[in-house]
Amino acid sequence: MIEVQGVSLRAGQFSLDQVSFKIESGRYAVLMGKTGRGKTTILEAICGLRRVVAGKILIHGTDVTNWLPAERGVGYVPQDLALFPTYTVQGHLEFALKLRKWSRQKINDRTSELAEQLGVTHLLDRTIDGLSGGESQRVALGRALSFYPSVLLLDEPLSALDHDTRQEIQDLLKSLTNAHDVTTLHITHNQDEAAALADVCYQLREGKVDTMETNHAKAASR
Amino acid sequence: MNDARQTSEPKLNDTEATRSSLNAERGHRSDVPFFVVMGGISSCFVLLIVLLLLADLRFASLAEFKAALFKPEIRFAFQLTILSCTVAALLSIWVATPLGYLLSRYRFPGRTLIDTIVDIPIVLPPLVLGLSLLILFHQPFFGWEIEAWFRDTIGFPITYRWPAVVLAQFSVACAFAVRTMRVTFDQIDPRAENVARTLGCSRGQAFLQIAFPQAWRGMIAATTIAWARALGEFGPILVFAGATRMRTEVLSTTVFLELSIGNLDAAVAVSLLMVAMAVIVLVILRMLGTGLTS
Repeated sequence: MIEVQGVSLRAGQFSLDQVSFKIESGRYAVLMGKTGRGKTTILEAICGLRRVVAGKILIHGTDVTNWLPAERGVGYVPQDLALFPTYTVQGHLEFALKLRKWSRQKINDRTSELAEQLGVTHLLDRTIDGLSGGESQRVALGRALSFYPSVLLLDEPLSALDHDTRQEIQDLLKSLTNAHDVTTLHITHNQDEAAALADVCYQLREGKVDTMETNHAKAASR
Repeated sequence: MNDARQTSEPKLNDTEATRSSLNAERGHRSDVPFFVVMGGISSCFVLLIVLLLLADLRFASLAEFKAALFKPEIRFAFQLTILSCTVAALLSIWVATPLGYLLSRYRFPGRTLIDTIVDIPIVLPPLVLGLSLLILFHQPFFGWEIEAWFRDTIGFPITYRWPAVVLAQFSVACAFAVRTMRVTFDQIDPRAENVARTLGCSRGQAFLQIAFPQAWRGMIAATTIAWARALGEFGPILVFAGATRMRTEVLSTTVFLELSIGNLDAAVAVSLLMVAMAVIVLVILRMLGTGLTS
């Protein structure tokens, strides 16, 4: 569960005041809104990379507002992916696991399972140079999901992809988030993406977050 | 209709006029003056440097060069130069990496001030820097003196000995190394470090595991620049370490000492040796530079 309670944020000239919304455990939420309205800033606040001026952020009922990013257990895929230039694909998938001091055996099991789910097994020994857009996106997703986070934050994960790859990654997102039972917040400005993926859809408009009904929700209520 | 034709006729004439004037324009433009002027001005400087080197080479004969390099004083100076420059460069990179990283990544109170302080050794006249070092080490602070403390408590005097050479070189070289490291970290995307922090890294781990492995080229460049600056250092060494033969004499001091006793041949021979060392450093930098862009 992700709960944002009356959060105010500042980023240079830009500011957001009193933003509130709540995503139930295991749901796939999509946050929509035009570019430059602060969607990314909200994501950064949830994963702890941006200081909150006022308000609270709760993950599974625990107030994590003043926690370090490392302590929050949030999987984060930024828009530019920010892959690690000196690491191989395998290195990306095991990065968080090594930090958590998993045994070599457990790390190997987890990374091969993850690589299979992501369809990147043949790339494991490659560095990130020369990966295609879709491949990079898979690696970034795997890196974020490797340590079984309870919350996954996706910043426009499909925006830089061509039409076919977009469809592939969209299906992958659906199956992966189901398999990991992770509470997901996905940012986009694309209506189709929201319609295809969202259990619940929010709209960021003039600094306020409103709930929008989605096809999924409609289908569920029927 | 008539009106229309009347208005269209002049248009036709316009086009013809343009065409004929286009032909008239042919051959009037040339890029030659541009290249002559720009190239002429630029070549002045290049020519000056080439002439300097040629003049040195022409002045020194191979026999004199060999004779100078086999003088024990000059051999000592060569060894001390290599050692002191290396120590100063290694010290510089140790300081420059964390300082460059902090200046590149964080906006903290007093950052501009620190940024300016780091640049002071670059703009300060060298003799003034040496004098300041001398004063710092011999100025009593409430009856306590740095030089006396090093000499009496640690048993390791600084002033007028080789440590003073290293410290004088380090003071300037480090400033250049910090500049280089800062640019290096500016060019490394901090987003990857941020993502690493969400994956479980502390800031320290993010620095060591993500930023540091990407910075190695910059670190080699910074060390090389620091080494080259240390090689050229003269003023502060003269004041803070003195110019004692077989004790604190480095190659730049040798040139000065040989000149002051009128031994121009030896001075030029040592100069050429330093030119060769500087060229080697430049080549290393260039190789790294092309590696960076490819």
